[in-house]
Amino acid sequence: MTSQSALANSTETTAVVSMDLVTKTFPGVKALDQVKLDLYPGQVTALVGENGAGKSTTVKILTGIYRTDGGSICIDGEPVTFQSPNDAAEAGITAIHQETVLFDELSVAENIYTGHAPRNRFGLIDKAEMHRKAAMLLKEIGAPFSSHTPLRELGIANKHLVAIARALSVDARVVIMDEPTAALSHKEIEELYELIDNLKAQGKAILFISHKFDEIFRIADRYTVFRDGGFVGDGLISDVTEGDLVTMMVGRTVDQIFPDRVHDVGEEVLKVVGYAHPTEFADISFDLMRGEILGFYGLVGAGRSELMQALFGITKPAKGVCRVNGNIKIIRSPADAVENGIVYVPEDRGKQGAVIGLPIFQNITLPTLSRISKNGFLRLAEEFKVAREYAERLDLRAASLDQDIGNLSGGNQQKVVIAKWLSTQPQVIILDEPTKGIDIGSKAAVHEFMAELAAKGLSVIMVSSEIPEVVGMSDRVIVMRDGRIASKLSGDEITPETLVRHAAGITTQTEGAKL
Amino acid sequence: MTDTPTTRHIPDRLNSRAVRIFKSWEALLLAVAIAIFVVNSFASPYFLNVWNLSDATFNFTEKAMIAFAMALLIISGEIDLSVASIIALASTAMGLAMQHGAGTPELVAIGLTVGLLCGAFNGFFVTILGLPSIVVTIGTMSLFRGVSYIILGDDSFRGYPSSFAWFGQGYIYWVFTVEMLLFVIIAIIYAVLLHKSNFGRAIYAIGNNPTGALFSGIRVQRVKFILFLLTGLMSGVAAVCLTSRLGSTRPSIASGMELEVITMVVLGGVNILGGSGTIPGVVIAAFVMGLVTFGLGLLNVPGIVMSIFIGLLLIGVIALPRLWAMAAARRKA
Repeated sequence: MTSQSALANSTETTAVVSMDLVTKTFPGVKALDQVKLDLYPGQVTALVGENGAGKSTTVKILTGIYRTDGGSICIDGEPVTFQSPNDAAEAGITAIHQETVLFDELSVAENIYTGHAPRNRFGLIDKAEMHRKAAMLLKEIGAPFSSHTPLRELGIANKHLVAIARALSVDARVVIMDEPTAALSHKEIEELYELIDNLKAQGKAILFISHKFDEIFRIADRYTVFRDGGFVGDGLISDVTEGDLVTMMVGRTVDQIFPDRVHDVGEEVLKVVGYAHPTEFADISFDLMRGEILGFYGLVGAGRSELMQALFGITKPAKGVCRVNGNIKIIRSPADAVENGIVYVPEDRGKQGAVIGLPIFQNITLPTLSRISKNGFLRLAEEFKVAREYAERLDLRAASLDQDIGNLSGGNQQKVVIAKWLSTQPQVIILDEPTKGIDIGSKAAVHEFMAELAAKGLSVIMVSSEIPEVVGMSDRVIVMRDGRIASKLSGDEITPETLVRHAAGITTQTEGAKL
Repeated sequence: MTDTPTTRHIPDRLNSRAVRIFKSWEALLLAVAIAIFVVNSFASPYFLNVWNLSDATFNFTEKAMIAFAMALLIISGEIDLSVASIIALASTAMGLAMQHGAGTPELVAIGLTVGLLCGAFNGFFVTILGLPSIVVTIGTMSLFRGVSYIILGDDSFRGYPSSFAWFGQGYIYWVFTVEMLLFVIIAIIYAVLLHKSNFGRAIYAIGNNPTGALFSGIRVQRVKFILFLLTGLMSGVAAVCLTSRLGSTRPSIASGMELEVITMVVLGGVNILGGSGTIPGVVIAAFVMGLVTFGLGLLNVPGIVMSIFIGLLLIGVIALPRLWAMAAARRKA
């Protein structure tokens, strides 16, 4: 096990960028708490951490999108403050995001030089010079296309090269790569590695963010681990094993307190066999018992939400059978799913969960109108009664029931969405990232409520990327990776370490391997 | 607000019914309607004559029938620009049937059926193929009327049976026309449908957030398809009334009416982007447009100038609340 002190005597080179005691607070959340991060010229530093560890916040601070609330950022030992993304760019820091914003209708050269194109003496864009410089950059990174190519003709991997060329065009000294391999094929990833080696040789400092351990051990020279917005440790990759990093990432303690539950699991309610989707997931089989909380864990892009939306009838699975209470059911639309007692609380509250523009009570009664109304006609008094009952059960904080749901906080909107579904008296409730982006207090309320529902015989499927939540709430956990079930865990097998291992695809063979 | 250990009470509503009505768009519009009525009665001595006023209702009854269905469609986030062309096609079909000896009941049935079929045609492309309604109905606007032109050319159908004239020319009692009765009945049906039924609630949900509505178990495409059917059907009803009133069919019948219908809907307070609006608003807007056209007609203002007034009225009434809010904000600052 490596500790913070490992770095102290390991190198003589000085850091290009060094963040120290950096803190960033959002209303109700400390996103970063006195973290430190050093980036060295000619070296790749991997920033490692679970979702919510503060990696994205760090990138945004380094690129001048966010300002710090405390601590210092030094470049070549000189303290700096970034007032805007422009300041960061001028300091030579550039980032390649997961989905870099590029312009499909412009040429490659125009994309590379948007905002800082070379000018001629009339102040107009010097196209010849721009294409000459762009061609040089493209040659440098080994891009197999011309600077005149319209961007829309390029595939995702080549677009990535354009983004990299754009990053280099500003003469960057520090290049931040945020999950650069997420959309790339195996061969393209190898090419990216070559490019990174090339950048290292030019003395650029690289911050590499990835969830994939094989990549980290293949390309990084150093590591820094964050957990829950705090600094855990850093050092040389050659000094640690995958196991060490996993331990550092997930920590030993689970701080949040989860409700005690009696695991009184009943008969089978839902059985899914061989569900498959053309692109998103394949070979999914599982069953769900009455009164059970089944956790779904996986990295972003593992296909969990897509699977849930197929169960809810938003997308149709290409293959597979779904049984509810033992009977085969074909679910073609959310309306079918609701009829069969399956409801879904989506991750994207604003777009999919709440109907913003409608008052709270109408949001709650939306799926149950046919039950509340009489012969197709609304009964407002009944509606208010039902809405009030569920609003109070969930301890909703609102000025009135005819208030637009859009005026509520995220946590309270979530309560309305859950209330909406509870009023349908479902058998299976699917919660997709139920506590994402809501404050600690509301989180605890949602957890408690989940336990209460399960105790009353409702079956809960909880999709979550928050390890403490998965460990603390689930009776069983299904870990997904690349659209498939990586493992099914229950009881004592559900530990932070096993979750991370299965989600990242660390097998026992690679365990302990050093590179 | 203090934290109490017991469940907190959330009131149903913050504003009383009276306050909500007073603050509504419909209240403003009603004031405008009354103002226009008063100005008109001073401007022309012929205005306050019941027979003249009765005649004036023809300015809006047919358009309003379509406007009610269009209001629902626009609230749901879609639009139908082909309504006037549906009238042309339905009227042409009735003319053809009349030449082959169809009687009044058959003519009405044909007019309504053609309207429904045209609505289904639009609805198919929008809800099943997922094309944008504005594009589909610009296409069918040309298509439907084009078919009328092919059938009729420079010709016209005349000689409808005398009993057919009842719809557009008949009176129920004293000054009250058949069209007025239809207008009232249709207004009530649509008001109930939009404001008192589950179907109406679904329309508002879809208009505010189609994805959220879908994720709440609403059959979004089915609701939209029904709305296209209703708009087509209402165009068929308007085609029967208009053909009956004119007593003839030309391919240019009702041309440009789609924009007047949409103007009426927007003037009535329906958000052109969907999500809000009421039937009472559209009813008042129908009266406002009818009164303006009639009043200007009495003053011998030509039709082209009239359309300028309607345009100014629309922009004025919509801009007024915004200007009001800006002035209030400036006073505060």
